[in-house]
Amino acid sequence: MDVAAGRAVPAPGAARARWRRKLRKIGFGLSVLVIVSPAILVFLWMLSLSLKNEIDNLAYPPVFIPSQLTLRNFVQVFAENSMGLYFWNSIVVSGLATLVALAIGVPAGYGIARTQAHKLTVLILIARMTPALSYLIPLFTVFQLLGLNNTRTALVITHLVITVPIIVYVMAGHFETLPRELEEAALIDGGSVWTTFRYVALPLARPGIVVATILAFIFSWNNFVFGAVLAGRATRTLPAAVYNVLTFEQLAWGPLAAAAIVVTLPVLLLTIVIQKEIVVGLTHGGIKG
Amino acid sequence: MHAAAPTHVPRPGFLARRRRSYLLFVAPALVVVGAVIIFPWAFTVWMSAFDWKIGSVAHFVGFDNYTQLATNKRFLESILHTFYFTLLAVIFPLILGTIAALIFHREFPLRGMLRSIFTMPMMATPVAVALVWTMMFHPQQGVLNYLLSLVGLPPSLWVYSPTWVIPSLVLVEIWHWTPLIMLIVLGGLAALPTEPYESARLDGASEWQLFRYITLPLLAPFLIVAAVIRTIDALKAFDTIYVISQGGPGTASETINLYLYLQAFAFYNVGNASAVVVVFFVIILALALLLLHVREKAKWT
Repeated sequence: MDVAAGRAVPAPGAARARWRRKLRKIGFGLSVLVIVSPAILVFLWMLSLSLKNEIDNLAYPPVFIPSQLTLRNFVQVFAENSMGLYFWNSIVVSGLATLVALAIGVPAGYGIARTQAHKLTVLILIARMTPALSYLIPLFTVFQLLGLNNTRTALVITHLVITVPIIVYVMAGHFETLPRELEEAALIDGGSVWTTFRYVALPLARPGIVVATILAFIFSWNNFVFGAVLAGRATRTLPAAVYNVLTFEQLAWGPLAAAAIVVTLPVLLLTIVIQKEIVVGLTHGGIKG
Repeated sequence: MHAAAPTHVPRPGFLARRRRSYLLFVAPALVVVGAVIIFPWAFTVWMSAFDWKIGSVAHFVGFDNYTQLATNKRFLESILHTFYFTLLAVIFPLILGTIAALIFHREFPLRGMLRSIFTMPMMATPVAVALVWTMMFHPQQGVLNYLLSLVGLPPSLWVYSPTWVIPSLVLVEIWHWTPLIMLIVLGGLAALPTEPYESARLDGASEWQLFRYITLPLLAPFLIVAAVIRTIDALKAFDTIYVISQGGPGTASETINLYLYLQAFAFYNVGNASAVVVVFFVIILALALLLLHVREKAKWT
């Protein structure tokens, strides 16, 4: 409207309005920049530290763009600090904990959705409110008695504390959104509850299962304290290893930053893959571990 | 079930029997939840009545662990540190997250990509992030003091100063969790009705008035949910504090969780640590219920 009027008769007032609109646009762009830049800058700084040599890393004022790109830091953490072993430990622990949780959590989510047994989700809410450390004291004591401390088995069992609630919660919510007509029909045609679940509901729930799996895996992967307390020298998961083995006393900033990238890159990649679904899963339950 | 098709009316007992078989679906999960969640709970409450160090004999002491905590200066200070940390780590992400949501609610080029970047910190592994922040906080070579010098501010000791350690740790927390608040508030903004805005605009309301008198009250339920989630998470914060400051310098940033960790896994004081867990959980529950109560009240006004 204003634009059309301005074009017809270029009055001084219209020019000022156009200016003001332009200024407002620039101001908005700046605010986007201000709000997004801390998020990206920390990651870029981590990348920069990992790709620079020690001279650059200790320079003051800090050097942002490496004077000499180097992959030596990555080579060092893998070759001299058995990063590969810890990586494998993390994959085994988070992978198994997620698989076990899927096997028991998907049917449970279905059962909760179909019987409307919402009291069970309260249990999960309480689980979410409890500090992770408080599970550790009793489990540590029991594992001590069973001689399971320092084993991957103990870690997998403990990680169920994280993965089971996430999967049950996401799946219960997901099954509730599925149409029930097909299941009703299958039941009336003489299908058992189990076959109905297996051949009707389960295939439809595939997208929900993908989200639940990835979320459970991420939060299990990110967990630090279970590994720090329960794992032994050879069974540490990545986050625990990064803290316990790769210390500031022993290593320079470059290798440490490289290790930090190795730990968090898989998670960031997974996040990008299912960006939209993660948002839905997280905001509906706020189920962070 | 719909009563629309009378031919499909189930035989008596049909539903009840089905209900029972559905519970079979839940049974394995119940067993696991019982073993790794409920058993630890019961065990913790039980152990809190004992004086027990791992490797020695347990003595029943009743409520002694609790009465000792009530006069334990270090524990009481850790509660204050926790509250201070939580207050800052709830308020700032709430304000910044709401502003970010208002920005991302508008249309602009590359919005999807920028939003993905903005939410990246939320999923990043806390320990990895904490390592990088430790380097950024370094008083001599850290990039943060360099940034301060660029805008003409004196250098700070950051996490090495007893006064600044908690605000510095909160800075990491803000960076890490503001995206979650943004997502929750963004969900709220998407659900807002448009009519009140149209009529208010006709009445000549300013942008600020629209926000203050329409958007904010309508967003209140979402903000409270966000505040509850943030409060629970801030009270439970552990990884970043443990990695960056270990509760130091001295005990300046020792929160309940840090104190608990030391009692349990440095001193193996299982009985005492169990009592800390119970007190800690009561605090978390009380604050969560308080906030939910505020929400119930807000609904009626």
